[in-house]
Amino acid sequence: MGRIVLDQVSKKFGDVEVIPPLDLTIEDGEFAVFVGPSGCGKSTLLRMIAGLEDLTSGNIEIDSEVVTEVPPSKRGLAMVFQSYALYPHMTVRKNIGFPLRMEKMAPDEIDKRVEAAAQSLNLIDYLDRKPGQLSGGQRQRVAIGRAIVRDPSAFLFDEPLSNLDAALRVGMRLEISEMHERMQTTMIYVTHDQVEAMTMANKIVVLQAGVIEQVGSPLDLYHKPQNVFVAGFIGSPKMNIFSGSEAEKHGAHTIGIRPEHTDVSMTDGTWEGRVGVAEHLGSDTFIHVHDTGLTDMITVRITGDISVKHGDKIYLTPQADQIHKFDAKGQRIA
Amino acid sequence: MAIVAQSSKFSTYGRPVLAWGVGLLFFFPIFWMVLTSFKTDADAVKPEHLIFFTPTFDNYLNMTDNYDYWRFATNSVISAVSATAFTLFVSVPAAYAMAFNPSRSTKDVLMWMLSTKMLPAAAVLYPMIFLAKSIGLYDTHILIITVLSLINLPIAIWMLFTYFKEIPKDIIEAGKMDGVNTWGEIKEILVPLAWGGIASTALLVFIFCWNEAYWTVRLTTIDAATLSKLIEGNRAPEGLFFGRLSAVSTAAVGPIVVLGWFCQKQLVQGLTFGAVK
Repeated sequence: MGRIVLDQVSKKFGDVEVIPPLDLTIEDGEFAVFVGPSGCGKSTLLRMIAGLEDLTSGNIEIDSEVVTEVPPSKRGLAMVFQSYALYPHMTVRKNIGFPLRMEKMAPDEIDKRVEAAAQSLNLIDYLDRKPGQLSGGQRQRVAIGRAIVRDPSAFLFDEPLSNLDAALRVGMRLEISEMHERMQTTMIYVTHDQVEAMTMANKIVVLQAGVIEQVGSPLDLYHKPQNVFVAGFIGSPKMNIFSGSEAEKHGAHTIGIRPEHTDVSMTDGTWEGRVGVAEHLGSDTFIHVHDTGLTDMITVRITGDISVKHGDKIYLTPQADQIHKFDAKGQRIA
Repeated sequence: MAIVAQSSKFSTYGRPVLAWGVGLLFFFPIFWMVLTSFKTDADAVKPEHLIFFTPTFDNYLNMTDNYDYWRFATNSVISAVSATAFTLFVSVPAAYAMAFNPSRSTKDVLMWMLSTKMLPAAAVLYPMIFLAKSIGLYDTHILIITVLSLINLPIAIWMLFTYFKEIPKDIIEAGKMDGVNTWGEIKEILVPLAWGGIASTALLVFIFCWNEAYWTVRLTTIDAATLSKLIEGNRAPEGLFFGRLSAVSTAAVGPIVVLGWFCQKQLVQGLTFGAVK
């Protein structure tokens, strides 16, 4: 079991309030992702749940038990750090078995569990190596192994993939997702990468300056962003957002249209502009359009290939039912 | 090209010559002391026997009779070993706390500790003597061990702090998540990771304790007197017995020179800590 409830939790560093009081519930078995730009307080929030950071006020409950004053190791949580944080002086076997040894488990049982974890993470051939002799991906696996053996009620991941190269990152992302499908244990995952958030999460918590901007499933956030910040943050390439007379035509202060919800024509359309850069990915083409009179640049995404080049005149037509409308405060208009 | 050739010429010939020159300059007093220790007291002051003389081992053989060498040596070992142990016992947890759980005043505390090393020892000499005498600790091991520990604590804490700072905080936090208590963090993670740093700190502190003379000479008479006191005490009124004195001095510095020789690497690392990053 691993239901985690944050009740009016806040954090101040000196006089600076990094997290104003917030409420959040993460259900048992959920894969929750905290996402936001750097410095938004997502790691701090995770560390508060872990017990590595004190709360300034509020309470944290794990399975209906208040753990605010409980030390990290007694909360039944396991954490995977961005830097892996392996013990460099111990072999992989000792690293993975360390939390069990601290629980004073019998050596036979420790061996059995370490081998089982190593098996599932493809580490069986590396058990007697030290972390210094492993690649980044292998180190991250060891860190995950050290978390798994404890059979925790929830896993906490603090940007675990940011030190890996792009190809490895995609692979590990899948592995962690599969691990979640298999174990059905609560996981809280912190990242600044919205692609990771969208692909892995059941529930995304978007944070900005310590404030929760929106909580919801990835598709909720994609289709119904609650405000301009979430609209701009979720989705890649970014949503085109602009104010002015075009927005007023739609009865809003600000409107947003996603690159993939804009149709393109070389002959006619609602908005006229000139092609700045066209990025040809093969499967898709991203066209960055200037001189529309709406905003500096509008990005559109076309499935397949289209032959346009710098300076071409181009016409854009937003799909009417996909226009997101926001009021003067940046909040969504239903 | 000319510049390259010139600089390589210096590094081929000039640098070794310079290094040997400086090395010999520092080594000469020790060499002279060892040489004199094999002369009779009479030969030691005669210019014609400066280099050429009939060597004798009498100074060493009579050391115990002449000076009660072993009693002083035992005292030196007791005070240096105990003071080193006590210094580490206090400085490891202190440096750990400052490196991993710093407060707003940690920097100030560190600077304040360092500032005590700038205080002239003479300024507190008489208060120390009166204090020691009035509480009945004058000329005891406890006093010497305490004083040696106190004067070495700042440097030990600073050194260890620097070593501990290089250990990533994440590793200590991973330990916390894995169920280690504070003592476990020190024993299971900190000490194995900073072993080299702790060893060089211990070695330096030991050498400083062994060589300390200002306080050991002034705070002891007989019972707790160390080898420093023995050497100092040989300024005999009837003239100096250079031969005997050299023998006892050689025997006093001998152990530490041997120790230093074997631990050169750690010592250099310890002395230049923080200099190369």
